[in-house]
Amino acid sequence: MLYSEKVMDHFTNPRNVGVIEDADGVGEVGNAKCGDIMKIYLKIENDVITDVKFNTFGCGSAIASSSMATEMIKGKPIAEALELTNKAVAEALDGLPAHKLHCSVLAEEAVKSAIDDYYKRKVNA
Amino acid sequence: MIYCDNAATTKMSRAAIDAMLPYFDTIYANPSSLHSAGQVAHEGLSEARETVADILGADFKEIYFTSGGSEADNQAILSAAAIGERKGKKHIISSAIEHHAVLHTLDRLRDRGFNITLLDAHEDGIVRIDELEKAIRPDTALVTVMYANNEIGTIQPIREIGCICREKGVIFHTDAVQAVGHIDVDVDRDNIDMLSLSAHKFHGPKGAGVLYAKKGIPLTNLIEGGAQERGKRAGTENLPAIAGMAAALKEAAENLDKNIPKITRMRDKLIEHLLEIPHTVLNGDIKNRLPGNINVCFEGIEGESLLLLLSRAGICASSGSACTSGALDPSHVLLAIGRPHEIAHGSLRLSLSEANTMDEVEIMATEISKVVEYLRGMSPVWRDLMEGKRSYVIQ
Repeated sequence: MLYSEKVMDHFTNPRNVGVIEDADGVGEVGNAKCGDIMKIYLKIENDVITDVKFNTFGCGSAIASSSMATEMIKGKPIAEALELTNKAVAEALDGLPAHKLHCSVLAEEAVKSAIDDYYKRKVNA
Repeated sequence: MIYCDNAATTKMSRAAIDAMLPYFDTIYANPSSLHSAGQVAHEGLSEARETVADILGADFKEIYFTSGGSEADNQAILSAAAIGERKGKKHIISSAIEHHAVLHTLDRLRDRGFNITLLDAHEDGIVRIDELEKAIRPDTALVTVMYANNEIGTIQPIREIGCICREKGVIFHTDAVQAVGHIDVDVDRDNIDMLSLSAHKFHGPKGAGVLYAKKGIPLTNLIEGGAQERGKRAGTENLPAIAGMAAALKEAAENLDKNIPKITRMRDKLIEHLLEIPHTVLNGDIKNRLPGNINVCFEGIEGESLLLLLSRAGICASSGSACTSGALDPSHVLLAIGRPHEIAHGSLRLSLSEANTMDEVEIMATEISKVVEYLRGMSPVWRDLMEGKRSYVIQ
């Protein structure tokens, strides 16, 4: 099998799929041309991520990485979520094939981009 | 399980297995050996060669057994290049949608100073005769155009291409790996000088193929050694596989008239169902198409996740998405017929055989529709399309 059981589990039963209409921060990374887009929505209260949802266009590992990343940051303070690395996402999935590691990189970038968006909105508010 | 990936490989037929078994067990001698056991094996080899030659409309001396389609493609192209090179002809014409066995061999020749012209396959996936005619030059050594495409199933105007090549005195090779055993192929009628085929695409074993080369075309060896295959392909013949290939091809040829309409009906029904899914497009011409080939793109989703979910639903299919091959770019065939990257990533190929049923067609249509809807439901691209933030490529 190309993927670990963990990847298949998160791919076939993805956690936190959806959108948050009144999100406090939204991050979108990747591009359709390359076959991967991840969009992460955050709800933040008192610097804690109280809710997170994702939408992903991409392969099995892209969907699994998004699912795992959202699970890893849900309920966590922003500071902790910012420390999320692609390596941690990949490890939590019991590894990704070498040519799929960029999916975990996208997941890390999507989380950071959503938090960035949250701070930008706060400054502009 | 519903197996619908017959363009990748097929299940071996009973006839092929039965034809092979004696060669593992009783007729194990080397067909090159002079003793009686060797001669029995040699007879088997000759019979297989005659069978294949008869079906292709060739002479048995024009049939060279190889390890498969890729080897046959390599040898055909490198042989024609060597013939051309001796006469100072270093131009080759092919098409943009060839198999990599052809394209990568041409890349090698380009490095050796050959000029390569790749004919446009247009949006319908078919090369144009007038464009071929214009592309032929005094220094053209070879035209190599596939009989039928492995991804989108389009059938090329082979007879006409062969006719023009004959007129202009240019060697014509066709990669007929997807065509032989599926549609009627006749090297004489189709004006073909060289042809490649592969046994496992028509219910024969893996590891066996044929290079047909018309009398008078000297072949360049890829493998040096013994005098097997008229000295053009060294190595003890894979006799079990060759016998299996001949039996499979015989069966396929005998059932062609029965299988083509049966498979075509299933194909057309499945295409009809799939095109009912919004923003879905068929890849390749609907008419000039292999009986079993269906290839569509669904907007807003990616092919690998589609395949994995279909696999869970018990359906074996294929995709031209980059992720399914480990490459960065999606299928060169889909790009060549003008599909943008993001659309080509969302492709699905289903390839039927006579073993599939109409019931399976209905199940596949339902399951595919469900999986596409599910994946679109979590796709930010699809959401943008629905909200009008992005415009549909597939109407």
